[in-house]
Amino acid sequence: MIEIISSGVLSPGEGCSPKVCIVGSGPAGFYTAQQLIKARQDVEVDIYERLPVPFGLVRFGVAPDHPEVKNVINTFTQTARQSRCSFYGNVDVGTDVSVEELRQAYHAVVLSYGAEGNRTMGVPGEDLAGVHAAKDFVGWYNGLPSCRQLRPDLSSETAVILGQGNVALDVARVLLSPLDILKMTDITQPALEALAESQVRRVLIVGRRGPVQVACTVKEVREMVNLPNARPEMVGADFEGVAEALKDLPRPRKRLTELMLKTALEVPGEKEQQRRSEASHAWGFRFFRSPVEILADPERSRTAGIRLAVNRLEGSGEGARAVLTGEVEDVTCGLVISSIGYKSLPIDPSLPFDSRKAIVLNNMGRVQRAAGLYCSGWLKTGPTGVIATTMNNSFDTARSLVEDMDLGTLDVSVVKPGSQSVAALLEKRGVKPVTFSDWEKIDRVELSRGEAVGKPREKLSVTDHNGHRQEMAL
Amino acid sequence: MAAAAVRSSMGLTLRLSRALPDCSNCPFHRSNGCVSGVSNLQRRGSFDSFRTINRHLQTSKGLYHGEEGRSNAEDPDDVVNVVYVDRSGQRIPVKAKVGDNVMYLAQRHGIELEGSCEASLACSTCHVYVNSSHFDKLAEPDEREDDMLDMAPMLQENSRLGCQIILKPELEGIELTLPKVTRNFYVDGHVPKPH
Repeated sequence: MIEIISSGVLSPGEGCSPKVCIVGSGPAGFYTAQQLIKARQDVEVDIYERLPVPFGLVRFGVAPDHPEVKNVINTFTQTARQSRCSFYGNVDVGTDVSVEELRQAYHAVVLSYGAEGNRTMGVPGEDLAGVHAAKDFVGWYNGLPSCRQLRPDLSSETAVILGQGNVALDVARVLLSPLDILKMTDITQPALEALAESQVRRVLIVGRRGPVQVACTVKEVREMVNLPNARPEMVGADFEGVAEALKDLPRPRKRLTELMLKTALEVPGEKEQQRRSEASHAWGFRFFRSPVEILADPERSRTAGIRLAVNRLEGSGEGARAVLTGEVEDVTCGLVISSIGYKSLPIDPSLPFDSRKAIVLNNMGRVQRAAGLYCSGWLKTGPTGVIATTMNNSFDTARSLVEDMDLGTLDVSVVKPGSQSVAALLEKRGVKPVTFSDWEKIDRVELSRGEAVGKPREKLSVTDHNGHRQEMAL
Repeated sequence: MAAAAVRSSMGLTLRLSRALPDCSNCPFHRSNGCVSGVSNLQRRGSFDSFRTINRHLQTSKGLYHGEEGRSNAEDPDDVVNVVYVDRSGQRIPVKAKVGDNVMYLAQRHGIELEGSCEASLACSTCHVYVNSSHFDKLAEPDEREDDMLDMAPMLQENSRLGCQIILKPELEGIELTLPKVTRNFYVDGHVPKPH
C-alpha cells in the first residue's frame, strides 16, 4: 500500500513525531508526561514551568516534615531525563508565551498548572496585617519565591486557622513543632529563624461544621495528637451525638472520627496526663464556627482578634449544612490563617473557565470546544486531593490524549515545530529558559548546603528572570 | 573516614546475623551488575531503616522500607508463584521468590503499579486487592498502612498496600488485583511497556 504523504509533511525521519506541550511541572504535569511517553514511542513532550525550578506543590506545598511524600520527585526526575522529555523552567505561559502560540507550535497542549490562587473568606478585616492565606504561609516556609517577604507576625500567643483540611493541620503543626524537629527538615532558614522567635503557644483550627465533616485525614490528626510538648484542647460538647453516628460511617471517616473522639473525650492515663500538664503548647479543633470579621487593634491597625458566628448543623454526614444561630463569639488572637481552599486562575481569556468551580471545562481531560487542548490535575477537577488522586487524574487525561492520537481524532500527521519555534519567541522576548540539567545544578547546591547544616536540603531563594541568572553563576 | 568504618562494620554485623546476604560470591556483584544489594546500601551510608533482604529478620513490626529485596538462592523452595490482574482485567502470572516485594516485583514485570513514595507508607499508589484465600495469610497491617489505605480510592475489605507485602512460601498462588481507579483504562488489553 502506498502512503500518500500530504504536503507539509517532511520525510519520515524528520518532524513526524507528535509533539505535546505540558504547562506546569507539578505532579499533574509529570504524571501526564510519564504516561504519554510510555504509551507511544514517537511522542515528544515539552514541559513548561513558570518558576525556575520544577515539581510544583511537591516542592512548595508538601510540609517540610513530610519528606517521604517528596520521594515522588525521583519518579519525576526519571521522566525528565528521558530523551523524549524536555523541561523549560522560567517560562510564564500567559505572559512570556500565549496558549494560542503553544497550540500552533504543538499537536496538543495539556494545561496542568494547578491552583495558584486561594478562596477568600470575604469578611471585613481580611486585609489586615496578621491575616494570611494558608497558601502564602505554606509558600513562605517552603521557599516559594513570591512568598519570601511574607514576614508573618508570630508575636502573639494565639493563632486561629480557618479550615480543617490537611493544609490547616500542616500549618498548625509547623507553628507548634519543636525547633529540634523542624531544623532537620528542608524548611527554609528564614522561616526557621522566625519560628525560633515565635511566641505562638496556642493554635485553634476552626471549621464551620462538626467533627464528622472535617476535611483532614487520620494521619495528620495523629501527628497533632503525638506532637511533643503540645496538648489537645477540645470542646467535649462539640462531639455530642458523634459516638452514636460512628457505626454508619465508612472506614476512613470512622477511624478518623474515632481518633478525634478519643482525643476529645477519653480521660488519658497518668503518663499522658502528666505530659499534657507539662506541655507548653496547645492545639484544638473548634467546630460550628464561621468567620464574620477580623478585629483590629485600633492603635496599630493590625489583627487583635476574630469574630466567629456560631452555627448549628442541619442534616448529617457529608451533606450536612451549617446554619447560623445568630450568636457570635470573639477570640483574641494576633495571627489568622485562612485555609479554606486553593483556587485555579484562568491564565488565558480564551480558555473555557468555570469561575464558580474554578476549573477549565473539560470532558475526561479534553478541554471543551478546543481541539488539541487538554487539562490534568487540580485545574481539571478542582483543588483537592493528594498526589495519588492527581496521578490517577493525569493518567486519565494522558489516555484520552493517546486515544485521540491513535484514532486520528487529533491529527498528528501535520508537522509542528514544537520547542524550536517557542524557543525563538522566548529569545526575542528576552526570556531565558532553565533546562533540567540547570535545575540539577541548583539541586546539587541545595543538597550540599543542606548537608552542611544537617538538613536534607537548603532551598535557594530562586527568583524569576534576572534572579535566576545570579543563581546560575554559583 | 570513621563513617566508612562504621558502615563496613555494620555490614559485617548484618551479614553475620543473616540480615543481609553475603554478596562476595554473587556474579552480579562481581560484575557490578547488582542493583539492589548490600553494596548499594553501604554506598548510601545509612542502615537506619534496616533494609532487610533476608526474610528471617524483620524489624519495625513487619514494616517494609525502601529497596526491593531478592533472595539470592536459586532454590525451587524459594519460588512463589503469583498472579497479577491488571487494570484491564488481564491475568499476568509471575514466578517470584521468597522475599520479593509485591510492588517492586510488579514494576519489574511491567505491571502498572506506581510507588510514588518508594515504599515509605506516605501514599496509596501501590494499592492492590488480595484474593480472599490469601488475604488472611498476610500479617496485620500496621496502623500507618491503614492510615494510608484510608486515602485510597475504591477501598475494599481486601485492600492492602503492595509495598508492604513481602512474599513468603505460604503466599504461593496469591492473586493481586489492581483497582480500576481511572475512568479511562485500556479496553483492548494493551499493556504499556515499562518506562
